[in-house]
Amino acid sequence: MADYIYLIPLLPLIGFLLLFATLGKLPKALVAVVGVGSVASSAILVLLTSVEFLTLREPLSNTLYTWINVGGFSPLVSFYVDGLTLTMLSVITGVGLLIHIYSSLFMLDDKDYSRFFSYMNLFVSAMLVLVLADNLLLLFVGWEGVGLCSYLLVGFWHEDSANGAAARKAFIVTRVGDTAMAIGMFLLFVHLGTLDFAPMTAAAISQWPEGSPTLTIACLLLLGGAVGKSAQLPLQIWLPDAMAGPTPVSALIHAATMVTAGVYLIARTHEIFLLSPFALNTVATVGAATLLMAAFTAITQHDIKRILAYSTISQIGYMFLALGVGAWASSIFHLMTHAFFKALLFLAAGAVIYSLHHEHNIFKMGGLRKKLPVAFWSFLIGSAALAALPFTSGFYSKDAILLAAYENAWQGPLLWAIGLLGALLTSIYSFRLVFIVFFGEVKTEPSQPAGWLMAAPLLVLCLLALVGGFIVIPVMDVFPAATGPAHDGLIAIITPAVPIIGVAIAYLIFLSHSVDISTWTNSKMGKTLNRFWFSHWAMDWFYDTFIVKPYAWMANVNRMDIVDWCYNFTADVIRLLHELTIQSQTGQLRTYAGVMVLGLATIVAIALFSGGGTAP
Amino acid sequence: MNEAVVIPMEHGLLLAAILFLIGLLGVLVRRNIILILMSLEIMLNACGLAFIVAGAHWGIADGQIMFMLILSIAAAEVSVGLGLLLQAHRRFGSLDIDQASRMRG
Repeated sequence: MADYIYLIPLLPLIGFLLLFATLGKLPKALVAVVGVGSVASSAILVLLTSVEFLTLREPLSNTLYTWINVGGFSPLVSFYVDGLTLTMLSVITGVGLLIHIYSSLFMLDDKDYSRFFSYMNLFVSAMLVLVLADNLLLLFVGWEGVGLCSYLLVGFWHEDSANGAAARKAFIVTRVGDTAMAIGMFLLFVHLGTLDFAPMTAAAISQWPEGSPTLTIACLLLLGGAVGKSAQLPLQIWLPDAMAGPTPVSALIHAATMVTAGVYLIARTHEIFLLSPFALNTVATVGAATLLMAAFTAITQHDIKRILAYSTISQIGYMFLALGVGAWASSIFHLMTHAFFKALLFLAAGAVIYSLHHEHNIFKMGGLRKKLPVAFWSFLIGSAALAALPFTSGFYSKDAILLAAYENAWQGPLLWAIGLLGALLTSIYSFRLVFIVFFGEVKTEPSQPAGWLMAAPLLVLCLLALVGGFIVIPVMDVFPAATGPAHDGLIAIITPAVPIIGVAIAYLIFLSHSVDISTWTNSKMGKTLNRFWFSHWAMDWFYDTFIVKPYAWMANVNRMDIVDWCYNFTADVIRLLHELTIQSQTGQLRTYAGVMVLGLATIVAIALFSGGGTAP
Repeated sequence: MNEAVVIPMEHGLLLAAILFLIGLLGVLVRRNIILILMSLEIMLNACGLAFIVAGAHWGIADGQIMFMLILSIAAAEVSVGLGLLLQAHRRFGSLDIDQASRMRG
């Protein structure tokens, strides 16, 4: 039976507790064994679970206990595994394990080796709870858990205050989305009376007609949580700054797993979203707008990790686009292939950065093809998959998304065209990166090539990025069957051709230099546009000017808290009375005696004259 | 036949009241602790006199019993008071009650 499922998130949690309790006391070799071993044992358990799931062909569940029971609200701590969860579990433990192995060497020189692995284990545990939860509340526990780990790991090198600022930005911006999501959860509970996925969906379908306003609001609030976590418009600004963390963190949390939690959330509640066409169209719009904005930004960046960060935002935009047009399976498929090739790209970037002594600027790199062959081939394969060149994993998933977008009844061709433009830009910026970093003349001599502990995960991920497109994810029973794409021939030819054109453009501009764009980029308009895109459409400036600065100004003006005045007034009155009465306490015994006599005389007088005849 | 001379109750009570006021005045105006204690004794005895007079007036023994009680209490009070007085003298170096005003607010 499936009663061992709870061990899957528990083992990394034990790993975290072990490492955190003995912080820095264990030898590094033992830390690596505990940190990697806990994730490896989870991965083995996931393997067992998938064997069981694929033989039984029905969802597994594992109820532990009732969390709380109050007034008809009794969420269970209960885990549930269906095809969707299984796909996520495999990605998290599989890619997570590879990244842990890679980190055991990458982070070896860090003095906080043990702290790093304890946070990473906690993250894996929280992420597994997130995808295993069978109710929205338990999912939220995992949701907040991964947010916390993201904060801790972005600010991992906290001696530099800029990293702390990036961590706070990531935490606060996602908190905006989480608040919306919590309100959406309250709304669903008030109307449906439960947060368990299956009864909640059934209640929503029976209770709400299609497009009812309450339902739409609830969906949009859940979407708010999803855009916060998945770095989509308008909350995508935290992800590029989150690259301040160590590179394996960027690979695991900010590319492969955590940032796709929003996609998972919408996929998990897709039956509710299906009832609200407006919410679905909003999802598609957010995805399309984000993927295009981020793609334009990625073209102008020169920090290797920021290019990858913007491409992550852009690729998650594709996933949202797929969700919005109802191509659920394609979205999850792209989530998986993206986890493979983006983890590969980040880890390869980590290998480059490692060999070049923490150099991030791509214009200071060059000609690394011969010096770092493993990183070069990893980058080439990863970029090919990212650009969706034919027969790589990214090709199958992105192609499916674009064709599904074309079929969409609401603005289908427009969404397709945006996606296609995004795909063109994707292949340009990813091969711009490859051509600049690995070709041309050598600008910085690399040292200390990565050891096999770093190379082995890269090779496995290379393989996955190449053939991952042939994996069939078992989500047929979870999502409604997609209508067979009946697109005409031309669309089916243009869609896969565009990335190749993009690679050709990148080749002409950045490698053979046969097309000179300097006259255009040096023109006034070119410079302005470049600066505009480089700053990610001035979104940071926008938030800074219209939210952060006014808020800081208000906080400054309100330094003497207005609300405090009310309370301070009460305190002041009492203090005044105290000052007055304090005068009576002279310490003079004779005065006290005199006052006592006076008081006694007054009381006796009152008793005598008011009581009158009643006195005996 | 000598008629027993009966002192009217009013006179007795008046004397008690006058004694009480003298004692009270002593407590309030004197600064020497010994004299304050003496004044307190006068006040206590004034009370005792009032009890005796009232008991004699009604012809019952209660007043005298109360006086015995007051005497014993006064004895206890004086012994405690003298103990405090010695401490005060040792601590403040004087018997001035106004010196012992450290408890002012």
